[in-house]
Amino acid sequence: MYAFDFVKAASVEEAVSALASGEAQALGGGQTLIPTLKARLADPGTLISLAHIDSLKFVRAGDGMVEIGGGTTHATVAAETAQTYPGLADLAGRIGDPSVRNRGTIGGSLANNDPSACYPAAALGSGATIVTNSREIAADDFFEGMFATSLEEGEIVTAVKFPIPEKSHYEKMAQPASRFPLVAVFVAKFADGVRVAVTGASNDGVFRWAEAEKALSADFSVAAVQELKHSDDDMIADLHGTAAYRAHLIGVMTRRAVAQMV
Amino acid sequence: MTTITMRVNGKDVSAPAEGNTLLVNFLREDLKLTGTHVGCDTSQCGACVVHVNGVAVKSCTMFAEDAAGAEVSTIEGMANADGSLGTIQQAFQDYHGLQCGFCTPGMVMIAADLLRSNPTPSEQEIRDHLEGNICRCTGYHNIVKAIQAASGQDVSAVAAE
Ligand SMILES: Cc1cc2nc3c(=O)[nH]c(=O)nc-3n(C[C@H](O)[C@H](O)[C@H](O)COP(=O)(O)OP(=O)(O)OC[C@H]3O[C@@H](n4cnc5c(N)ncnc54)[C@H](O)[C@@H]3O)c2cc1C
Ligand code: FES
Ligand code: FES
Repeated sequence: MYAFDFVKAASVEEAVSALASGEAQALGGGQTLIPTLKARLADPGTLISLAHIDSLKFVRAGDGMVEIGGGTTHATVAAETAQTYPGLADLAGRIGDPSVRNRGTIGGSLANNDPSACYPAAALGSGATIVTNSREIAADDFFEGMFATSLEEGEIVTAVKFPIPEKSHYEKMAQPASRFPLVAVFVAKFADGVRVAVTGASNDGVFRWAEAEKALSADFSVAAVQELKHSDDDMIADLHGTAAYRAHLIGVMTRRAVAQMV
Repeated sequence: MTTITMRVNGKDVSAPAEGNTLLVNFLREDLKLTGTHVGCDTSQCGACVVHVNGVAVKSCTMFAEDAAGAEVSTIEGMANADGSLGTIQQAFQDYHGLQCGFCTPGMVMIAADLLRSNPTPSEQEIRDHLEGNICRCTGYHNIVKAIQAASGQDVSAVAAE
């Protein structure tokens, strides 16, 4: 690791003004950033730890929504949304392993937008709203491709608002070594339609599968998506799987998710 | 350099450290508590698991500064007051839950983390909780058995594979 100064921010305001100074970077749970720093792929002059800002840690439910503070750990989300939004709790409870879940945060995961991360699928699949220190961003406008989001330099994810669907399920084919999804699909059924978000598959990061949404909104059944195939254009191809394999998994994971919900 | 203070295994400790000092290096190099191991240094293996404010974390993936003021427990705190092995440690010995022993500190700490929230876990629950802890020697079978035994469950019928 390169050397850097370490600052523990006591409030969002303090973190935002510290981050405005250019060379600084926010530290959430560090479960992505610390390995990145060790590999010398990042060289921030100052790290601003968000881990001690109490106002970023909460889970509140009401009015058909769950709102989660940006600094809330995966373990807390898994425990505290189990009653209100079980599909989300189940997703959070299967990220990585228990020690990772005790540190990693929802804000860090969304800001990072790893093309294989779990939370982006839940946010896009639920039609969530990402709240920052300066504005609210619809999930449909937030994710801008692999490791890219519409966050400005120094902008902090302070909360995420999830509309609670009637039913939802996250089907994840875990890559056995890393526990990240090889391909995973989040299906959410709302009164006015179905959303299907896919992670792990595309070089553009998380995306919605429009054909499956249309088919499932008309007829919520496995049969409705039985023959649907996703194109393998621009799918991730690496040592874990070819583009064609990933495209195939999108169909399989979608059908498995729906089968759990009907 | 700042001076970092925390409570480790019930004792207040402090030492100066750089901003980029990892908790594991603070424990091993500054406090000389070398029971916590570094297996991978890439957040994968769990040899470095300790408890911070009552929950398991990978100490190679947390900065010492973020643990300042916290209550930390390490493998050195797992023995009984008279120095004899604690229940989980004794079960690892009784059921041959280790071979080279390199992963064992992390295994004992993650087991303690599980048993605190789930005092009588099933085999599957134990295996799920060990997801971030890698052992190159044992094949896990006897680790799972040791944890089941440590939780007071009868393991006499579990095959010694
Ligand atoms: C062994 C292992 C297995 C894993 N498995 C999975 C998995 O199965 N699925 C999965 O989705 N993830 C997985 N992860 C990643 C994990 O979920 C991370 O916790 C998460 O991606 C990043 O969150 P963090 O809080 O740790 O962020 P950090 O690592 O602290 O930061 C990541 C990035 O986000 C920025 N940032 C952090 N917090 C904020 C904020 N509030 N606002 C704006 N920017 C912020 C940082 O500056 C940095 O650029 C795994 C990690 C490990 C080590
Ligand atoms: S040394 Fe920390 S996870 Fe391997
Ligand atoms: S006993 Fe050798 S690595 Fe587990």
